[in-house]
Amino acid sequence: MRTTPRILSSEKIMKTIKKDKINTVLDFLIKKYQVFGPVQKDDLVVDFGRIQNGAQACLEFSNTNEPAKKLFFPQAETLFSYTGSDAAQVSELKPEKPRIIFGMRPCDAKSLSLLDAVFDGPDYKDPYYIVKRKNTTIFTLACRRPRSNCFCDSLGIGPFSKKDTDVFMADLGDRYVFEPITPGGADILNKIPGLENARPTDAERLKNLRSEAESKVARKVDLDNLPEKLARIFDHPFWDGIHQKCLGCGICTYLCPTCHCFDIVDEQKDDKGRRIRIWDSCSYPTFTLEASGHNPRATGKERMRQRLMHKFRYFVENYGEIACVGCGRCINHCPVGSDLIREIENINNLK
Amino acid sequence: MKNPYVPMPVKLKAVRLENETGDLKTFDLVFVNSGDAENFKFVCGQFAMLSINGVGEAPFGIASSPLTKEVLRFTVKKYPKGVLTTALHNLSEGSTLGLRGPLGNGFPLEKMTSKNLLVVGGGFALTTLRALTKYVLHEKNRPHYGDITLFVAARDPGEMLYKDDLAEWSKRNDIEIVQTIDKPVEDWPHKVGFAAPVLKDLAPSAQNTTAVVCGPPIMIETCIKVLAGLHFPDEEIITSLEMKMKCGIGKCGRCNIGSKYICKDGPVFTYKQLKELNSVTV
Repeated sequence: MRTTPRILSSEKIMKTIKKDKINTVLDFLIKKYQVFGPVQKDDLVVDFGRIQNGAQACLEFSNTNEPAKKLFFPQAETLFSYTGSDAAQVSELKPEKPRIIFGMRPCDAKSLSLLDAVFDGPDYKDPYYIVKRKNTTIFTLACRRPRSNCFCDSLGIGPFSKKDTDVFMADLGDRYVFEPITPGGADILNKIPGLENARPTDAERLKNLRSEAESKVARKVDLDNLPEKLARIFDHPFWDGIHQKCLGCGICTYLCPTCHCFDIVDEQKDDKGRRIRIWDSCSYPTFTLEASGHNPRATGKERMRQRLMHKFRYFVENYGEIACVGCGRCINHCPVGSDLIREIENINNLK
Repeated sequence: MKNPYVPMPVKLKAVRLENETGDLKTFDLVFVNSGDAENFKFVCGQFAMLSINGVGEAPFGIASSPLTKEVLRFTVKKYPKGVLTTALHNLSEGSTLGLRGPLGNGFPLEKMTSKNLLVVGGGFALTTLRALTKYVLHEKNRPHYGDITLFVAARDPGEMLYKDDLAEWSKRNDIEIVQTIDKPVEDWPHKVGFAAPVLKDLAPSAQNTTAVVCGPPIMIETCIKVLAGLHFPDEEIITSLEMKMKCGIGKCGRCNIGSKYICKDGPVFTYKQLKELNSVTV
């Protein structure tokens, strides 16, 4: 697993810039880096996109519709291409320029450390993910507008978390402050022209904003005993009911920052083809359907159980952490109003 | 960094029909690049991903012994809905395909030394058990094991796999071969009945014995029960599991039983491990 070097707090010099100058920061970064950040897709939706000039960034948002995982683990990605039955040709995996993700929320930043455990774990390494990750610097933007279904606090993250990032940013109202977290982040920050040293009162202001934001994370869930509880209820009748209203659409898994299941398929036209990996979902019957027709997770019951067990028990057993960051996307977007927090409460209350 | 998703090119050296139904074919593969052949080190019980460009990829147990360097052998069942298995069956000798591996943990051969071995195989799950039997019968290895019994169950005589191997092994006096088919057939000299009841009648001794059971899920389940009834300790009952797989390296998320991935942590598990995962199959 990745261990991020952190810089000593004595070396952490907070910088600041007026809000109306933030575009100059981005314009500077764009010269040297591929910059991705939140962009307005339509009136309601903000999502990560490539930023070609500073004005495209939309830093006034609650959270992006889609999580940041797609920048490291795209929804569809070519593993290699081929002609006829010839051997595989792998393209250069390294991006043309190093990348910066500017304005990721702390919950999504945390999700990357969880994905690192899977793709950059102790055994098999996933070069497609790792190369993108190694060539990317993360600027998180503290979250001052948690949404109604956010519960990051319950996962030990919090809207002003400074973990799992290279540079921490926060919106002070009229200015942004920047705090370097890793040496790599500090290097970039030192080169950005036009930044001033933060004001002596900014640390205090940050502390207050942090408390204010944390108090806005309205929903809480008790996860303390959940992995152990789940280990005891694999055969509980509870699972017979929980999946009944689920449509199996998979949106909860696609929009989950930590869900990483994928399919590998071939695409071919004439003699040119490629093998791609695409997001898949444990909610789909085809996920485990075998060529023989046998399906070990034949109904919604087994599939729903797998989703919850994977996040809150198996992932913990394998990597020591819960595979959830409390972003609330699965709750916000479920077409039938399934509520993960309520399901967990129901599990907690099972005898 | 090694790219675990990129297959090595292999050529289909020989293919032959394995059963009367005609849905099982055995493929002998050779590496196109000599470097790949040298680097491909595997143990019995491991599997590999076979792929055809433009069609797809799926996992198959390696049926040849690691001591047989000339070819890698796989036996594949063709399913009407199996896109890859159908395409594999349509390949002619000389075709190029892709191979990734070896994958998975393999049988715990070290732990099995100096023990008696009871190898129980049903249907076409005999593949990795063929590799195991070939391996332990090799003159270099045979002295390290006690009595060896191979128990093979098939639907009918025409579905019995690896008939040449069975005939050859039957001539030896250092392995006992027990064959059973589901229903009586004229001139069948061996046993008749489903695997589990025939195994129960056979009542192999659990004394210093490791049992390796592979087959359809229902056969694994029933045979494990029989063995447990014969006082085989849970850690001495070994099985190999199968599930749909895509990556083969514990990332794509589908082949888990509990927190263990069959591809990476298996496919070989002891009954003890399966009990701890509160599942015999999935």
